[in-house]
Amino acid sequence: MKFALVGQPNCGKSTIFNHVAGYKAITSNFPGKTVKYSISKMTFQGMISEIVDLPGSYSLTSFDLAELETRKYLLKEEIDVVINVIDASLLGRGLELTLQLLELNLPILICLNMIDEAEGKGININASELSRLLKVPVVTAVAHKGLGINELFEETFKMGQNPVKSQYLSFSKDVEQVIQHLIYHLKKKNYAQNFHITNRFLATKLLENDQYFIDEIKKINARFITTVTDYQHQLEQCRDRTSDVVISSERHHLSMDLYESVVTLSKPRIEIRHYLDNILMHPVFGYISLILVMYLFFHFVFYVGGLVEEPLLDFFYRLLPLIEERLGADSLLFYISSGVVQGLAGGIAIVLPYLFPFLLGLAFLEDLGYLPRIAYLMDTFLHRIGLHGKAIIPLILGYGCTVPAVMATRILESERDRFIASVLTTMVPCAARMTIIFGLVAFYLGPRAAFLVYILNIIVLAISGKILSSLMPEVTPGMIMEIPSYHIPTIKVLLSKVWLRMKEFIVIAWPLLIVGSIALSLLKHWHAESFINQLVAPITLLLGLPIAVGVTLIFGILRKELSMVMLVQALGVTEISTVMNATQIMTFTIFVLFYVPCAATIAVLIKEIGGKRTIETIIFTFFIAILLATATRLVY
Amino acid sequence: MIVSLTNIKTGSKVRVVRIRGGLGIRQRLSCLGIHPGDLIVLQKSGFMRGPVLVNIHGNQVALGRGVAAKILVEVEL
Repeated sequence: MKFALVGQPNCGKSTIFNHVAGYKAITSNFPGKTVKYSISKMTFQGMISEIVDLPGSYSLTSFDLAELETRKYLLKEEIDVVINVIDASLLGRGLELTLQLLELNLPILICLNMIDEAEGKGININASELSRLLKVPVVTAVAHKGLGINELFEETFKMGQNPVKSQYLSFSKDVEQVIQHLIYHLKKKNYAQNFHITNRFLATKLLENDQYFIDEIKKINARFITTVTDYQHQLEQCRDRTSDVVISSERHHLSMDLYESVVTLSKPRIEIRHYLDNILMHPVFGYISLILVMYLFFHFVFYVGGLVEEPLLDFFYRLLPLIEERLGADSLLFYISSGVVQGLAGGIAIVLPYLFPFLLGLAFLEDLGYLPRIAYLMDTFLHRIGLHGKAIIPLILGYGCTVPAVMATRILESERDRFIASVLTTMVPCAARMTIIFGLVAFYLGPRAAFLVYILNIIVLAISGKILSSLMPEVTPGMIMEIPSYHIPTIKVLLSKVWLRMKEFIVIAWPLLIVGSIALSLLKHWHAESFINQLVAPITLLLGLPIAVGVTLIFGILRKELSMVMLVQALGVTEISTVMNATQIMTFTIFVLFYVPCAATIAVLIKEIGGKRTIETIIFTFFIAILLATATRLVY
Repeated sequence: MIVSLTNIKTGSKVRVVRIRGGLGIRQRLSCLGIHPGDLIVLQKSGFMRGPVLVNIHGNQVALGRGVAAKILVEVEL
């Protein structure tokens, strides 16, 4: 059997998914974090099934790419039960999606999630009455606490064994009549079968002017569109509004009616978090708090990382001479094993100490729901560089890892915004580059220098954004974004999330670090690294860096951490400060920060913005890196 | 009196009369529960031509200046 979780953004689909599938989908408190579906096997009381977590979708009339993905999946795949998750505290709005799902005539089950949140807001829902009105089972749950999950899947399996197909609810008489007339014509032509949907669903989507279905019908029979526009006109005459507004208003009213018949209102609970926004989104205090939060975050990472880095590095560097003694300085075996040790050391002593506190802090801010507030605060600034507030979310995620950040640009509506945001995202110092800034700049030149790098980076991002948006002039559609309530995340969820992201480093990056270190050791053993260094020499000479650095820049394209971890090895010293002065360390860092995105990022860029634009991005970032690093050499 | 959402005082309760602009913006607003006829409360108006924050059916929604300017509202007395 196959179940699909469908619902509006931020209603808790991924939280439910993670409960039964293990922590596999990243959950956060901002709308639109799931941009592609995850699928997993699940067993429940001895029964096996597949479960799909679909991206959040406000409506089945879709515009953004994530929503389109949901609709495509729903229509194409054979799904045994659709689990419609609704944020109970937003029942009225959630039902608008439910009404569209009912039109699909599939077995549906409703999960009223965050029922505690709703009660706190004074919204008390009569679930059995809702079930009676919609003629589908309704289960209540508090997914993040695991309440109601068992009941939900008991009902789901029951439904899977005895599927009951959903029935649509009728609109007002005059509107319904127009829909029925169009259905009559559609039935004769059998178009709905092409898309595996009901005539009713197709009819309402056509009347709503859904671009996808209009285009598809045009392809089959261009003349039929005149029939559709005839009925659209009839609707417009009925209500003196455009046909899409007529349909969406009908759905809205129907939802509101349902809402009123199942909800009794009581006095909302007074909670501190409802007042937090008075400060955190305040025109003055909001920005002060933002700077304070960032400052604390920065210090937390620096403090925790620094505490661990030094003793660990010491340990590994004491290990090397011991190995040398045992194996002999010139033996191949020594070169290989010192490569392994240095790769391990780089991972354990330099990368992990900063990566863990960083990811933990980021996860906390994400789950708390602070990111949409930052988007709100930054909207006015982002407008000045031709984007809007929502673009800050991929940029912030970029501080974690560029790959999911580039994918998160899908929450932006226009293709041009997505392109600009993707390019900027590749220049945001990801966790890997963060370890370079902390492990090298902060470690040798002090935290103030590291802070300077971050500030410089933000200025460069702003200027690059301005340049790109004036090269591609287009009015950005403007921000329309939900600001969800704050949630205090549980430690367990935070740690699972950090672990999921760390695993990526441990499984993919670490082996690469070790292989890279061994490769460099072997190159040295055979004296081949000087050949690569000669190739990169034009750059290293221009930037005034030691020639030996060249090879690390090439490896850095594979994984950004490699640049730094291998730096120690390439220079043949344990203390970088003995062979590189402050200017060189800074120049190196600035160059590594901006030049060519890493291999994984290039792959995701090709997928998201296409090959040609990816090449443009690489050239653009490389040009910026050369320019800034040269400037750093001269100025710093 | 019908004015755009950018021209009202913070804290006022207003009724949406009309949404200017194309299909795209209408549908995106309707997804978040903003339709003609709905009551909304203007909670915050960002400074320096920043976005506005409205409360609609108990939910907070941030709207860019440009978007807010397209929403015509009537101040409830």
